[in-house]
Amino acid sequence: MGYVRGLKCRECGRQYPVEPIYVCEFCFGPLEVIYDYDKIKRAISKKKIEKRDENLWRYKELLPIDGPPQAGLYSGFTPLVKADNLAKALGVKEIYVKDDTVAHPTFSFKDRVVAVALTKAREFGFDTVACASTGNLAHSVSAQGAKAGFRRFIFIPATLEQSKIVSSLIFRPYLIAVDGNYDEVNRLCSEIANRYRWAFVNINIRPYYAEGSKTIGFEIVEQLGWRAPDNVVVPCASGSLLTKIWKALKEMKELGMIKTMNTKVFAAQALGCNPIVTAIKNDTDVIKPVKPQTIAKSLAIGNPADGYYAYKAVKESGGFGEEVTDDEIVEGMKLLAETEGIFAETAGGVTVATAKRLIEQGYIGKNDLTVLCITGNGLKTKEALDERMESPIFIKPNIESFEDTLKEMRIL
Amino acid sequence: MAVKVRIPTPLQRLTKGQEVVEGKPGKVIDLIMDLDSRYPGLAERVTENGKIRRFVNVYVNEEDIRFMQAEETEVKDGDEVSIVPAIAGGTGKVPGRGI
Repeated sequence: MGYVRGLKCRECGRQYPVEPIYVCEFCFGPLEVIYDYDKIKRAISKKKIEKRDENLWRYKELLPIDGPPQAGLYSGFTPLVKADNLAKALGVKEIYVKDDTVAHPTFSFKDRVVAVALTKAREFGFDTVACASTGNLAHSVSAQGAKAGFRRFIFIPATLEQSKIVSSLIFRPYLIAVDGNYDEVNRLCSEIANRYRWAFVNINIRPYYAEGSKTIGFEIVEQLGWRAPDNVVVPCASGSLLTKIWKALKEMKELGMIKTMNTKVFAAQALGCNPIVTAIKNDTDVIKPVKPQTIAKSLAIGNPADGYYAYKAVKESGGFGEEVTDDEIVEGMKLLAETEGIFAETAGGVTVATAKRLIEQGYIGKNDLTVLCITGNGLKTKEALDERMESPIFIKPNIESFEDTLKEMRIL
Repeated sequence: MAVKVRIPTPLQRLTKGQEVVEGKPGKVIDLIMDLDSRYPGLAERVTENGKIRRFVNVYVNEEDIRFMQAEETEVKDGDEVSIVPAIAGGTGKVPGRGI
């Protein structure tokens, strides 16, 4: 048996049994998994965790499953890259990049949440998994669901770019292209989830699915040698990732894995979709929905489901939020690539550019240890860089042409 | 003419199955309290300490009251008020009960 006590409404505290449900019947608040921490404390130790395989299931007692993992057996435990070149460029002492551009099997942090969601779906006895997505989530459910032997329904807006469609189709899911925008796809999926006994990973499985994001926080702590960073910068779409990283850090403290935890959590958003950062800056817990307009499509949620909780986590930690323009996003992507050799998707550009601003404004101290969460691979969003890159240097196929070029470039 | 109030599926048990009920003009919060006198239990599901619950959206003529005067927003005869759970799917059809 696992270590889960049940589900609890984050608003009114009513408790529910472990079932594929996600909304409080009484006050309509979201449900969250609660654990028996005393039991977990007795079951695991740093030594025990360190001996386990290098994937996210090394923290399985802190994930909402009862039996053995059923999916994502190689997901998680991505590198925590000591980013000295980037730190130098930004004028601070210590930066680490939590690099989920190399997440297995589909190159984004969604592989973590889907691993947990599909394991839970199997435990609940579902044979079909589904999601509404425009990108990373679709790829991960398509791929991991194939390996785990689920029937898969993936709902996308019909106008999605061809490259993203192919990255799902290769895994042979039922890919349903809906004649509508992402919000309309989402609404339709909620209706479908009520009618069919399917596991919609980010709807009726959401309380379990979201817990998978905690593993980023656990890994950061372990990979820093069992200590918490001074700052962590997290890109925000729904706000769930930030909320769960904060929960993970608190759990590490609660379980005695770290002695102190004074981490400040910072929210990173694009200026074209900034409802959470706006709330943080205005110091109000009312999240005002916006109409997204940014190249950071994986962060383009105008009405973020966990926005309020992300706001609260940032405030509780003493952190802040910052928003960046599309040009800054591209500059951030380039800076990370040029200094650390990491090609992140646009969301990574948001995180790097936000960190730069926070450093310039003094919210992040020059002597602090800061972790940047880089959540997806740049090869997935290449089109965002169209016409934003320099061209290659064209030459004739002879040595004179090459050396003339070198002279022009003043390299010879 | 009165104020038209749209009740979401999970709360229709309290309104004896009615999807639309009539309410009194005035502030949104007073409108809900008045409905509670006729449909007991409605107020505690929708409000807490005189405030609309965080995961309940209230719209007056399709405008979110959070971006008007919140609970103090005035509604008049002929206006349409909608009460909508913020997280889609709160339709009462989800399996499982509170313990």
